[in-house]
Amino acid sequence: MLRADQQIIASLIEPNSKVIDIGCGKGELLQILEQDKNVRGHGIELEYDRVAEAVGQGLSVIQGDADIDLVHYPDNGFDYTVLALTLQVMKDPKAALQHCLRIGKQAIVVIPNFGHIANRWYLIKNGKMPISRQLSYQWYETPNIHFCTIKDFLELCYEVDCSIEQRIALYNNKSHKCFDGCRPFGANLFAKQGIFILKSKS
Amino acid sequence: MPATVTLQFGPEYQEADVGQIIHLAKEEPLRLDSGAEFSDFPMAFQTYGSLNADKSNAILLCHGLTGDQYAATPHPVTGKPGWWEHLIGPNKALDTNRFFIISPNVLGGCMGTLGPKHINPSTNTPYNLDFPVITIGDMVRAQKLLTKSLEIDKLFCIIGGSMGGMLALEWAASHPDSMHAIAAIATSPRHTAQNIAFHEIGRQAIIADPQWQGGNYINEGSYPAAGLAVARMTAHVTYLSQEGLGQKFGRDLQDRSHVTYGFDADFQIESYLRYQGKSFVERFDPNSYLYITRAMDYFDIAAAHGGELRNAFKNTEASFCLISFSSDWLFPATEARQVVQALSSSAADVSFLEIASDKGHDAFLLEEPLFIEALTGFINRTSRKIGL
Repeated sequence: MLRADQQIIASLIEPNSKVIDIGCGKGELLQILEQDKNVRGHGIELEYDRVAEAVGQGLSVIQGDADIDLVHYPDNGFDYTVLALTLQVMKDPKAALQHCLRIGKQAIVVIPNFGHIANRWYLIKNGKMPISRQLSYQWYETPNIHFCTIKDFLELCYEVDCSIEQRIALYNNKSHKCFDGCRPFGANLFAKQGIFILKSKS
Repeated sequence: MPATVTLQFGPEYQEADVGQIIHLAKEEPLRLDSGAEFSDFPMAFQTYGSLNADKSNAILLCHGLTGDQYAATPHPVTGKPGWWEHLIGPNKALDTNRFFIISPNVLGGCMGTLGPKHINPSTNTPYNLDFPVITIGDMVRAQKLLTKSLEIDKLFCIIGGSMGGMLALEWAASHPDSMHAIAAIATSPRHTAQNIAFHEIGRQAIIADPQWQGGNYINEGSYPAAGLAVARMTAHVTYLSQEGLGQKFGRDLQDRSHVTYGFDADFQIESYLRYQGKSFVERFDPNSYLYITRAMDYFDIAAAHGGELRNAFKNTEASFCLISFSSDWLFPATEARQVVQALSSSAADVSFLEIASDKGHDAFLLEEPLFIEALTGFINRTSRKIGL
């Protein structure tokens, strides 16, 4: 069963392409892509149990740390790099984003939007770090060490000087729509997640 | 059906039948890395399952240092089950209903393939130390002659653990078009200083045994059983982990309630190692042990490719699966990762898993469910990919 963001990613990827899913979990997305779109998939995952399950299901997945291992992949080695809900757990999100743009002809990045109204309201009302179904950890135990809002992420995209091909806001009720990069206010307030298709300019 | 051959084993030189043998390099000699050549040499092998009509379902199995061709059938000398019997058979990970598994004894071995205890045709006595030093590359070239004589152009998969994994990686580097898939288990792209050190201890133990007789023990009717046993005892410790040893033996005493203030095997671990050493000498040739450990010591794929491991694999389209075990300090996961990184640098199809286990290097020979599952997943996917 794919998450809502993964379903959107699956719909965005062209058939017969070569995809690397960074932080691929048990390889759910890769499985669907290989089955339905004849994609040549590859994944990196940190958690041993998930890698074991993915490899056991016959996926090409390596147990590795994306903060360390992305450096080994060649420029444009893949048609797509997928970085779905992974950026926030990485030690160096900017370097990770740059590697994604280098390794893939296109990078598809999904971020949890910390600017969502529920988070803002939680902080105002309780004066404490937001905890929700999506962000279920206490601040001292969360693996999510680099939260950002959609606006923050757009700024990072300008910073690394990549072109943003598509911006998609994924809402609470799992509906989604593209939004205007110059006016991200609504998406930043109401989207649970932001999905971006990026390309390197060089 | 090729002829079977009888060879002699152990200090008593007891005879045992080592199964089917094929003679290779009949037309053109096999040229070794050292420059020496072998012509018309024997290779012993076992097969499991049957080869399909288009010869596309063959799996080449590469054994470890002291393994042999008896992977899924009882060993003719010891009577013990094959070393991967739990993985090979109908509906097992290496399903003999679907695949044709070829399991040869390596060059330099002592179970029927040409090795130092064979008769040197130019002197009519055993080769002993006149046997040329061989390499992992030589072993692979000899295996290539075997698959050629079986008229298999492209193997479905090459699988090996430990030294067998080295052979699998060497196959990928030196014959990149000869296989669809490589599964290299508990292995390394080179022998480390620590690995060489332990091998040297083993070799010196054999050489220091007066019964070794400068390598001519067969001619002299002697046998360096003590030296070979010590070599095995040392090596055996490197196949286990501290945690595993602690759990299995701890400081428990052997059939006694207190220590005896002597050098008898007071501790269970001592008794266990002595048994391992003793049973090993019954089945393995001391000179073979010298030659095969040397071949492993010389192994360094990167060095053979301009110091860059990725150069070794840049021409291969094969799918790779590397598996390490967390407590394996002889072939630690960091070694396999170098191969993974080299393959990643060409965006190759590679899976890698470091399985949590306290069984040390030996884990690859044991029933580790996650290992079996991962190998099965890899075999199924890669066979699907080529329409098998």
